[in-house]
Amino acid sequence: MQNKGKIITGLVIFIALFTFPFIYRMGKAAPAPDVVLTPKALAAKQCVRSTDYMTAEHMQLLDIWREKVVREGQRLYVTTDGRAFNMSLSNTCLDCHSNKAEFCDRCHDYASVKPYCWECHIDNPKGEKQ
Amino acid sequence: MNVNYIFSLIVVLALFLLAYVGVEAAGLQWLFGVVIPYAAVLIFIGGFISRILSWARSPVPFRIPTVGGQGRSLPWIKPNPIDSPSSSGSVVVRMLLEILLFRSLFRNTRADLVEGDKLAYRLEKWLWLFSLLFHYSFLVVFLRHFRFFLDPVPGCVQLLETLDGFLRIEFVNDAIQVGLPGFYISGLVLLAAATFLLLRRMFSAQVKYISLSSDYFPLFLIMGIAFTGIIMRYFLKTDIVAAKALVMGLVSFHPVFDPALTKSVSGVFYGHLFFVCVLLIYFPFSKLMHLGGIFLSPTRNLPNDTRMNRHVNTWNYPVEVHTYEEYEDEYREKMIEAGLPVEKE
Repeated sequence: MQNKGKIITGLVIFIALFTFPFIYRMGKAAPAPDVVLTPKALAAKQCVRSTDYMTAEHMQLLDIWREKVVREGQRLYVTTDGRAFNMSLSNTCLDCHSNKAEFCDRCHDYASVKPYCWECHIDNPKGEKQ
Repeated sequence: MNVNYIFSLIVVLALFLLAYVGVEAAGLQWLFGVVIPYAAVLIFIGGFISRILSWARSPVPFRIPTVGGQGRSLPWIKPNPIDSPSSSGSVVVRMLLEILLFRSLFRNTRADLVEGDKLAYRLEKWLWLFSLLFHYSFLVVFLRHFRFFLDPVPGCVQLLETLDGFLRIEFVNDAIQVGLPGFYISGLVLLAAATFLLLRRMFSAQVKYISLSSDYFPLFLIMGIAFTGIIMRYFLKTDIVAAKALVMGLVSFHPVFDPALTKSVSGVFYGHLFFVCVLLIYFPFSKLMHLGGIFLSPTRNLPNDTRMNRHVNTWNYPVEVHTYEEYEDEYREKMIEAGLPVEKE
């Protein structure tokens, strides 16, 4: 084999880069984070949509809400089971989920998502002490 | 219609259905989510190493660089150090330009008949442009996915995501909503560039003539990966925290079998994952090995120094030679006797 040193070095670097996630973790488990529901959220039992829908598609709902409120001037959201809500991140979502750090941020940090909601909205509109 | 691409397309669609039905109907999450991914990574690494070593073992007896410029010769003739490199420094520059910018593809030409029967070659930059777009967007997409493989997610991956999401394309109507989650340029560029490469094979007569199933299959497979990924991000959303938990389970050697988690991600996710596994398994045995092969291309990575250095074939058989001195020593007396001239009396 000619140029043995160079080829083996290149191969080792490639394998190290490719298996980097395995090396980075060193066999330590990294389970999904637990989100904390506030007593108010627990008491309400059901969010505006099913839990499955909210887990996967809440960002879509928020985007549509923003479109409706800001561009079409509609504020009323009626759920499929007939409950009515004010389409508002600060006044409706954060009313129950007032614990952004233990609710929103845990999953967002885990999945490296940086939502731009908080560029305009403050995360604690009522100024409650947490 | 062409049997080569129809066959590849059917295979790719069947692979997706296999994973989708296997998960949604047969409940084989453990197979498509744990066993196949581990097997794919092992086959990829093993196959990659053995392929590289088999190339490394093949003899390179001569300098065989293909050159595109004046080689180094007399001092008053200006050499072209990149297109005809004579030192290792020039070879490094040449290889970097080749690997990072696809320099030789930039010189790609297209042969056409013009004015009836005149053969004309013209520069053809589209292939170079779309290859570059394809490879770099694939690289960005690949690196971006490290947010699912690493925990905590390093800053450089987050920076890449921010740059990739630079265009905030937002669109909402009753049927379609795009904008949250943020739009990534790389995914769309990857799909568009792969589509161009596919259409080129389908509609350019010369390229179509030399294209085989093994050319179409990886294109369809990569388009399938990009397509399922885009679908999952913007349309049929899946629970990405559960998806990351499954992937982190694999990465940390704590595979997840808990049905609460494995069933909360959609069949499309398993289809996407299975496509990637098939790509990894297929990779070492296909033309995709140009990833490693480009570094070992003797027409690119050898300096053009045949007339500067003596290159001895490394596996030359040791030939026994009988020099004239030895010959004369052996036959001196007989040569003198016969009156032949000798060098040493």
